[in-house]
Amino acid sequence: MDIKREAMAGTLESSDICVTVQPAAEGIRIDLNSTVENYYGDSIRETIGAVLQELGVRNALVSAVDHGALDCTIRARATTAVKRASREEPQK
Amino acid sequence: MRKLCNSLKEAIEKSGLRDGMTISFHHHLRNGDYVLNMVLEEIAALGIKDLTVNASSLFDCHEPLLGHIENGVVTGLETDYMSSGIGGPISKGVLAKPVVFRSHGARPAQILDGTSHIDVAFVAAPASDPMGNCSGKYGPSACGSLGYAFADAMKADKVVVVTDDLMDYPLTDASITEDYVDYVVKVDAIGNPKGIVSGTTRMPKDPIALKIAELAAQAIDASGLLKDGFSFQTGAGGASLAVADYVKRIMLKRNIKGSFALGGITGYMVDMLEAGCFQAIQDVQCFDLQAVQSIREDPRHMEITAAQYASPKAKSSAASNLDVVVLGATEIDTNFNVNVHTDSNGCIIGGSGGHTDVAEEAKLTVIVAPLSRARMSIVVDKVLTVSTPGSSVDMLVTQYGIAVNPARPDLEAAMKAARLPVKDIRQLRDMAVALNGPAKPYARTSDRVVANVLARDGSLQDVIYQVK
Repeated sequence: MDIKREAMAGTLESSDICVTVQPAAEGIRIDLNSTVENYYGDSIRETIGAVLQELGVRNALVSAVDHGALDCTIRARATTAVKRASREEPQK
Repeated sequence: MRKLCNSLKEAIEKSGLRDGMTISFHHHLRNGDYVLNMVLEEIAALGIKDLTVNASSLFDCHEPLLGHIENGVVTGLETDYMSSGIGGPISKGVLAKPVVFRSHGARPAQILDGTSHIDVAFVAAPASDPMGNCSGKYGPSACGSLGYAFADAMKADKVVVVTDDLMDYPLTDASITEDYVDYVVKVDAIGNPKGIVSGTTRMPKDPIALKIAELAAQAIDASGLLKDGFSFQTGAGGASLAVADYVKRIMLKRNIKGSFALGGITGYMVDMLEAGCFQAIQDVQCFDLQAVQSIREDPRHMEITAAQYASPKAKSSAASNLDVVVLGATEIDTNFNVNVHTDSNGCIIGGSGGHTDVAEEAKLTVIVAPLSRARMSIVVDKVLTVSTPGSSVDMLVTQYGIAVNPARPDLEAAMKAARLPVKDIRQLRDMAVALNGPAKPYARTSDRVVANVLARDGSLQDVIYQVK
């Protein structure tokens, strides 16, 4: 899947994660800001990385602001952000 | 004899305040308090340094205190609670000497027995006469009870009353009386009424909080304590307040005539008094305008001092007569130790307040908490800070069930007999881990102690370390 434009999924509410995906020239970069960095930072980056891989994304800049989302939420938000970012035009 | 000073500066000078002394404040003006900042600013201008501030609580409105720590005016802090705006920088190590944390009951106990000496006490009084007969019930900054200020006024070498409503002598319905007061100062405003008390206290709508509250009320009922003569304390926060609502419904339905409600008082407790659930309210601090009005107008609603509330050294206290208390927790461990001092990163965000006191004294101490908050498990193997020891805690109520302290097999049997969902606390911990996923263990990053948490008897109970 190619990242064609910037797209976002999620909110800044507690227990949610806001994931923004942007086009990038080469490779994957994940910037994470999380309230639970000390406990789940690595695990969140791993989950987002796994979603990108499953969707076949090779080049992307991902910024995520996490307020303690569960793993299933992180997967859902990352997946939706990638799918939105891979469309040519924003969906009406 | 003239006690009335022309300025705060004059009062501070007359009090004889010098470098190295201890000054004290009470927190009934909560996050609207101007007095602590005002006094420290004058002290700084006078060039006095190296002071210890003993405040019953510190709120984010006291942020200028951090500047006075930086410039050396304040070098020691003793308190029962500090909100995160102060706790954050303290946790990062801005103060060289560790903060001394006490409970609301231990603070007056140690002031009254001389262990904790105060040189000059500053009493923020919403109304005072020129001789220092003062009250929290009147004036534009009315806050209700002045409970936490009594020990300071009784034992400090010098007592300065700061008011913004100077009344004619004598103020007949005074809380702290002139025989304790050295100086009186009139200022433009002692606080911002919006920060002092909230207008209304609202019942939470969060379905998890309501579920926990309903279960907690059922557990209280099942304990057998909910009968005529019942006494009760609950916090003003979400689930705690909702417990009161469910308890009220049970009391009205069964026509139970309780004895008293205790603690920091909300309008919700006043409603229960007026509905006939209780005969009296014992009030150490008012949380909202309805409570302030009630303590002013209803003789059944009495002001109590902090020592009378919960001092472990008092001959008896309201807390020692208490049946049931419902309290919160930022963490609780499998030994039922409760943390209300630090967040999951070890950063100071609160303090015991009266938690430790009433938990130890009440016949039944119920901790209400969700199983997890924003992916952090509330039930853990070991709390980062022991605020209230597990020996004082009887049960934990979460939305997934009730865990009873193994020291109370009688209580567990009563819960089971009432067919309530009883779980081992380790089961609750495992459920939280299953939901949140395994977390990396907490890694302390410094050996430097930023705060000592004292037990009710004054001994060292735990320490809080510096964080990055």
